Amino acid sequence: MTLELAANQGHSPTAEQLDSSPLAVRGMTVSYGQKPVVFSVDMTIVEGAMTAIIGPNGAGKSTLLKAALGIVKPLSGQSLVFGKPLRSQRHRIAYVPQRASIDWDFPTRVIDVVLMGLFRELGLLRRVRQRHLDKARACLDRVGMGDFSDRQIGQLSGGQQQRVFLARALAQDADLYLLDEPFAGVDAATEKAIIAVLKNLREEGKTVVSVHHDLSTVPEYFDRVFMINTSKIAEGTVADAFTAKNLDKTYGGRLATAHVDQLDLVAG
Amino acid sequence: MFWDAIFLQLGYNATLVTIGACFLGIAAGVTGTFLFLRKRALVSDAISHATLPGVALAFIIMVSFGLDGRNLIGLLAGSAVSAWFGLLCVSWLTRFTRLAEDAAIGAVLSVFFGFGIVLLTVIQSMSAGRQAGLEGFLLGSTAGMLWNDAIIIVVGGALTLAIVLAYRRPMEMVSFDPEFAAASGLNVARIDLIIMWLAMAVTVVGLKIVGLILIVAMLIIPPVTARFWTDRTDRVALISGGVGGAAGYLGAALSASAPSLPTGPIIVLVSFAFFAVSLFFAPNRGVLAAFLRHRSFQRRVHMRQGLLALAQGQPIYEALTLKLLRNADLARADGVATETGRARAAKALRDEKRWEIVRADQAFEGAAALYDGLREIETVLTSDQIQEIDQRIGGPKGVLS
Repeated sequence: MTLELAANQGHSPTAEQLDSSPLAVRGMTVSYGQKPVVFSVDMTIVEGAMTAIIGPNGAGKSTLLKAALGIVKPLSGQSLVFGKPLRSQRHRIAYVPQRASIDWDFPTRVIDVVLMGLFRELGLLRRVRQRHLDKARACLDRVGMGDFSDRQIGQLSGGQQQRVFLARALAQDADLYLLDEPFAGVDAATEKAIIAVLKNLREEGKTVVSVHHDLSTVPEYFDRVFMINTSKIAEGTVADAFTAKNLDKTYGGRLATAHVDQLDLVAG
Repeated sequence: MFWDAIFLQLGYNATLVTIGACFLGIAAGVTGTFLFLRKRALVSDAISHATLPGVALAFIIMVSFGLDGRNLIGLLAGSAVSAWFGLLCVSWLTRFTRLAEDAAIGAVLSVFFGFGIVLLTVIQSMSAGRQAGLEGFLLGSTAGMLWNDAIIIVVGGALTLAIVLAYRRPMEMVSFDPEFAAASGLNVARIDLIIMWLAMAVTVVGLKIVGLILIVAMLIIPPVTARFWTDRTDRVALISGGVGGAAGYLGAALSASAPSLPTGPIIVLVSFAFFAVSLFFAPNRGVLAAFLRHRSFQRRVHMRQGLLALAQGQPIYEALTLKLLRNADLARADGVATETGRARAAKALRDEKRWEIVRADQAFEGAAALYDGLREIETVLTSDQIQEIDQRIGGPKGVLS
């Protein structure tokens, strides 16, 4: 029992781990109205790894990410980025929000969207120069969207829009990349392109955290999982934490047993 | 008369009004762009109606202190304070109660306006109130416009433009993707507040010329008009400023060229004329362009279906299909294919078979996603790939094109 607990919860992090963690969330509670969506969650992201945040619909995955980034205001709790307060470390974070929340008829071109990722460099008044454009184009090339830079964003397919959002995050030149369901509703080609870019980021030593929906691809894409259903269920490497037992706890039996059997699970 | 007005030859007052209206139009058009993009257009209507009690109260206060109640700076300051209070009410209702923003806007707008009208009636009964002319703020009154009034409009408009220029990037980011903007460290609530302040500044500055009821038109019609012509935020703002400025100038000139034409309403009608022309004739987004695009698409569909029917020896029932085939000299009046018609039909059928293979084969996934029944297969695959597919189909060669 004790052993199992240790494996499921991860060993409680030491002070050094907290200091070096790209993103450490402590005691985070977020509620909409009187109902907590995220309750008292601790999360310690490991540097240089790719972590999937998984859980059923409405389990607070996106909300946890948004609260950790200060986009929604938590009721309690705090997040430390590389051991320091979020406010002083924003330049080290890149964020890819969900595609669904955007008005795609907005009058802006692909290149303009990527340039938004350079806001910290450009500030309020600096002019966009050739080197900024070059950098934005290079980011578009990395996601295979180099030929689309002058298109209005509404003319792209869902997958292409998602890749443009990833390019905008790449332009931010961060150390920690946070993505909210980057594979939702995208075509297979886009999924391959995105995962290739993310693995590339990991090779450069960057840290990647992604809210993820498709359990079947977790072992293939990610090193670590963070399982949440309002409160934290488990956190650890895929080998340790991505077990049938934890999935059962996370999804509360909503996951058909047959489905679990098809997953490439470590015996647990 | 009209040309005299256009070239500012109608005297001192008309010239002041025309130049003031032009500046106001530019400032309103550029500022309104961000209200429109942030989808907060109606909030400006609440703001403008909320100015009325402020104007009336400012008048009462100035008179009771023995000052001239018609002092424009005093009246505008009063209008700004009550507009600000109205804006606070809308935000408070939206954020802390279950009321949606549209309901909050409706409530604030009508209550403030009603209160303002009551105060105007009270002022009518005051001895100093008879010649106050505060009703002029409802629809604008340009008859007695002074040099100082014009200066206030020009300076206020210029300041507004300067702030828009400084904050254009954050305002665009917040309007497009507020979550990303917040994650980048922008204070979204503060940027929203700046957008609202700017709208308030334009409203207050425009009270004298356009009046509080119609100012919303100057904030909204120009950006909506500009959106027809471009897909870029910076250009929407520029065109919108241009449309607003032109509408202000032309509208003021028109109203000066004939007796008793009201300035504000004429300016609004001129902006509407710009809007109507854009709505119908703008390339890409205009109604006419959309109609033509749809018709050409429909014809491509009929053509394709007709060719496939010819290839399979099926009868053609649709009159439009037959007409298109005949016009292109691909079929005779009785629906029998001509020689070119047979060749094109065979090619269409073969392409359909090629697509079938492409769509069934995982290796062609990217290409298969582009299938829509109309797309030429040559635009998706190389000729080598097509030859490879043809080998799989078998049968006669050489129908490549």
